[in-house]
Amino acid sequence: MINAKMLVIQNSPIAENIFELKVQGELASHVKAPGQFVHIKIGDFIDAMLRRPISICDVDKDSHVLTMIYRTDGKGTKRLSQCIEGEMLEILGPLGNGFPIETVKAGAHAILVGGGVGVPPLYYLSKQLKEKGVQATHILGFQTEEIVFYEKEFNHLGPAYVATADGTKGTKGFVTDVLKEQDFVYDVMYACGPIPMLKALETNYNGKPLYLSLEQRMGCAIGACLACVCETQDRTDSKGYRKVCSDGPVFKAGEVILPC
Amino acid sequence: MLNVSLPGLNMKNPVMPASGCFAFGREFNNFYDLNELGAIAIKAATKEARFGNPTPRVAETPGGMLNAIGLQNPGVDKIISEELEWLKSFETPIIANIAGSQIEDYVYTAEQLSKHSRVSALELNISCPNVKEGGIAFGTVPEIAADLTEKVKAVSEVPVYVKLSPNVSDIIAMAKAVEEAGADGLSMINTLLGMRIDLKTGQPILANKMGGLSGPAIKPIAIRMIYEASQHVNIPIIGMGGIENADDVVEFFLAGASAVAVGTANFIDPLCCPKIISALPDKLKEMNVNHINDLKGRSWRSCQKTSSSR
Repeated sequence: MINAKMLVIQNSPIAENIFELKVQGELASHVKAPGQFVHIKIGDFIDAMLRRPISICDVDKDSHVLTMIYRTDGKGTKRLSQCIEGEMLEILGPLGNGFPIETVKAGAHAILVGGGVGVPPLYYLSKQLKEKGVQATHILGFQTEEIVFYEKEFNHLGPAYVATADGTKGTKGFVTDVLKEQDFVYDVMYACGPIPMLKALETNYNGKPLYLSLEQRMGCAIGACLACVCETQDRTDSKGYRKVCSDGPVFKAGEVILPC
Repeated sequence: MLNVSLPGLNMKNPVMPASGCFAFGREFNNFYDLNELGAIAIKAATKEARFGNPTPRVAETPGGMLNAIGLQNPGVDKIISEELEWLKSFETPIIANIAGSQIEDYVYTAEQLSKHSRVSALELNISCPNVKEGGIAFGTVPEIAADLTEKVKAVSEVPVYVKLSPNVSDIIAMAKAVEEAGADGLSMINTLLGMRIDLKTGQPILANKMGGLSGPAIKPIAIRMIYEASQHVNIPIIGMGGIENADDVVEFFLAGASAVAVGTANFIDPLCCPKIISALPDKLKEMNVNHINDLKGRSWRSCQKTSSSR
């Protein structure tokens, strides 16, 4: 984990209000696992002082490039979207523990489930799984067609099913509808997305190992401020809580109580 | 030119991270040697472990942030056995912050912590609701704040700093009340009670609804309160509230602070404390100041010579 200035080499829209940011610097070589995130200082803005935690979508260790995908939802991310090539961004990372892939064997079938801006970290995960010889199937959920991204990129790595809430693309409904429809035989499931999606997966797909990546408002993102904690499901746990930033953001299903 | 001496605290520089913004230092030790700091104010200890509030616990505001962590901590016994034990490998003076919901809890926690060899001073968080007095914060009624201070002083083996709440109408009365009750120093200011409402849901963003406002937005209030209080008490003040750089440190000294604490800025830049410390000598040279103590209270001391200690 380091705090470093990284060079912006690309920052452009890839779907409605969805931006792809590519930054270059030494920090990229520190990434240990898919699912880790970075904490980005947007600039010296009095109304967007805190950093923004954004998941790592892809890493190119040879050219030291990190790719992040984010939605321009608030003041901070809107400012970030105005950042142009050649500018430097102060970035802290890589942070957190990513998706565990060590125990998945070659030939196994992994299901990767993403919802909205929970989709990006699955991309680097899928690439890493492919390198290991793991077969990956992707289920990507979005609200509507205009905000679908990376469908083609995922398709290169394995089958990618898209679901949209309004039915404008792919299956009408949620990722869980695709799962019901396809009834996959699989060995491990990884997911990142909104809490209702994660809850549905935890309830219905707990027979095989299931790993969930959580999103939470953060302060420091290094485990000091305790802004992003969630309770453990095990009431006898010695601490009784986990920090999303430094213990997570990926947890095994059943480890923590998913916040409402 | 940076060393300062306050009751119980021999600091090589006047900068410490503020309680609650630094946990027990472990995370920041990954970025720099904690011995670079003037002191460390560790996270508030309560008698029993506390889980804290539901999330969201933080919300951003212009020039700052709201927090309602809810004093999450593992309890005083674990802080002693695990955190202070770990901090033994550093030399930096430790200020142990104490919170509670009744006087007896503060007294117990103070007694345990003040006996510890690693604790140089206590800091009383009096912004907590007093459950025996209908939830009114200890720090909003001078008599109650004084009573608490006196009882903690009676058991503490180290100097006691009282962290004043800015959510009062008369900060001078509060400062004088705790000084008379035996406080060895003041920390000011704690956060200001604030709130934000989400336009989409129409509901408060924080699960706790209200939270403490910190960051540069509250700096002018901190400066004003230290300016006022420092002219009415004879005990030193650790100044805090939105400090981000060496200029801010100078401003707090000019207002009347004898040391400073950095809070929210640690979240924006984990290296901010050592950066501020290393920028201070040049700032003082630029101002033709030989020692940072010479700046203390200069805004109200006018032409008086200020190099002697107060």
